[in-house]
Amino acid sequence: MATKPRIFQTESGKPIYGVMAEFKDPADCYHAAEKVRDAGFADWDVYSPFPIHGIDEAMGIKETKLPLLVGAVGLSGAAIGFGFQYWVATWGYSTVVQGKPYGAWQAFVPVTFEIAVLFTAFSTFVGMMIFNGLPRWHHPLLCKERFLKVSDDRFIIAIEATDPKFDPPQVRALFQSAGATAVELVEDA
Amino acid sequence: MSTFYPDQTSAAKLAGLMRSPPQPEYNSATGDGSLVSDPAVRAPLVLGKDVTFNDITETVCGYAEKGPGRWFWPTFFVAAQIAGLMPLMILYLIITGVGVWGLNNQVAWSWDITNFVFWIGIGHAGTLISAILCLLKQKWRTSINRAAEAMTIFAVICAGTFPGVHVGRVWMTWMLFPIPNSNAIWPNFKSPLLWDVFAVSTYGAVSALFWFMGMIPDFATLRDRAAMRLMRNPEGGERLPVFNIQVDRIRGLVYGFLSLGWRFSTRHWLRYEKAYILLAGISTPLVLSVHSIVSFDFATSIVPGWHTTIFPPYFVAGAIFGGFAMVLFLLIPARELFPGMKALITLRHLENMAKIIVATGLMVGFAYAMEFFIAWYGANIYEQYVFLNRATGPYAWAYWTMISCNVIAPQVFWIRAARRRPIVIFFVCVAVTIGMWFERFVIIVTSLHRAFLPGEWHMFFPTPVDILTFVGSCGTFLTLFLLFMRFLPMFAMSEIKGVMPQASPHKH
Repeated sequence: MATKPRIFQTESGKPIYGVMAEFKDPADCYHAAEKVRDAGFADWDVYSPFPIHGIDEAMGIKETKLPLLVGAVGLSGAAIGFGFQYWVATWGYSTVVQGKPYGAWQAFVPVTFEIAVLFTAFSTFVGMMIFNGLPRWHHPLLCKERFLKVSDDRFIIAIEATDPKFDPPQVRALFQSAGATAVELVEDA
Repeated sequence: MSTFYPDQTSAAKLAGLMRSPPQPEYNSATGDGSLVSDPAVRAPLVLGKDVTFNDITETVCGYAEKGPGRWFWPTFFVAAQIAGLMPLMILYLIITGVGVWGLNNQVAWSWDITNFVFWIGIGHAGTLISAILCLLKQKWRTSINRAAEAMTIFAVICAGTFPGVHVGRVWMTWMLFPIPNSNAIWPNFKSPLLWDVFAVSTYGAVSALFWFMGMIPDFATLRDRAAMRLMRNPEGGERLPVFNIQVDRIRGLVYGFLSLGWRFSTRHWLRYEKAYILLAGISTPLVLSVHSIVSFDFATSIVPGWHTTIFPPYFVAGAIFGGFAMVLFLLIPARELFPGMKALITLRHLENMAKIIVATGLMVGFAYAMEFFIAWYGANIYEQYVFLNRATGPYAWAYWTMISCNVIAPQVFWIRAARRRPIVIFFVCVAVTIGMWFERFVIIVTSLHRAFLPGEWHMFFPTPVDILTFVGSCGTFLTLFLLFMRFLPMFAMSEIKGVMPQASPHKH
């Protein structure tokens, strides 16, 4: 079944990013998230000043693949660190130290470990940012004064217009039935 | 001490807060309410009646937006003057040579390496609090981890300077790193001094990353508050005195840049939490490795008093001991001076840290005793002489200062009343900080000043340059910490909000 591109616009002709709804506390937000999940939406998100405990289940989000990336990069870091030291000691600038063989690997353990840690830490941070689609300069939601209060004490759910099930009146009704204290249309900026 | 709270209106005026934060009331049985002895009662992590998420935001952002009070800039000015001594002394050293220090042919390492180990040890508490206590799910860490991590970074900055400038030909320090050069010379990877370069630089980089990543959501909060004020009043608000630029525009730009576009999305939060746990998991072995490797600088040598296998665990315990003392040394005055901080750093936080100090103090004391035991049991006359000389020789005063500060002083924490009084904790922490500096001095100088041949015996006397460089490093540390308290989110707001009772989605 081919889906025709659906474009939602405001009355002034601006494209719509989605609809957001505010909830009064983490519990309301959590239960509303369950309802949105059960309604079958895909492009939506919960915004909260801190990660709400257990919200991944309420939203039906799968666990991130970040640890796999980090493990792979960390192990390559260890290999690079060890390989480089071995190369330096045996070929690059081989010197006899304390009468030991050039490639006495025991002495390379500390630096191998440190390089592995360095690679792990940076891949954790960079991987997290890339998976999150950050950094970015701006976002349509950040134009809304109501949304800016999420960083203080508000709980917001936003359903995006790109979702195949998106339909402003229905989304509004869903939010209201879930106990939203305010519902707002968000223009794409 | 704990009965004193600044007057609420003056506190609000000082911090310019819209609403003064709720203050805990003093109770003789439970202190500020956090010292509950009943195991069935969970002690509150944030004090105050009906404290809301917004109270946390207002209090913490208030410190970064309005400052902590009138005392700040004079204190900063004094600290910055002291900090200025460090570059001056280093410049003098580079121009003249390491002879300006009191080093001699026998005692070739002294205050430089003492200061290095002292500062790097202090740096260990931050990562311990943020990584190990995070893995152990100790929720009380949330209100002290940010300041402790900041302290770590600044201590590592101070620490890294000393080995950098002690090499004599400072312009050759780049050779510490494996940088390709026209002589095709590479560093010796079998040297513990090179391991140390990698350990300390990795530690500095990873700690800074951990610290920065933790601050991203809080930067976003500061950015959003500035943006909200500008939305409501585009031309209003404070302006910089000379340049006539709106302060909120600068805040929006700087905090906005640092927040990397964070928008509190749950899909982001989940990856962020996973990343945080991964960083905590990798930082835990890192923090243990760093001071172990620092101890290898000594332990792999054949100098009596250094060549022992007890060094790695002994150094790590000492680092945690000295680091926690420094955290308390900074936070106890801060909680008196910053309005509303007593609700976030409770007496229980201080008590918990006092307990860690007495535990690690005992480990350090055990190591001191074990060194003597092994010297006797190992039947090596040089080893025996070094330890006898430590306790009775020309540096006995330094040795006994170390013992009284590190082993005897923390024992007052066995008394419950003592570890519940911030003033007592503060003075013990001052003693521990002095004691830990002397520990490194004793290890380094007493082992070196009497070598195998009496003809090589020399005393070490510090010069004014030695002393002023160290004083300057203390000033640098304090200046950086004051700047941190003034301009960066001093508490992990999102983490504190997450451990408050109303954050649970299941209490309805």
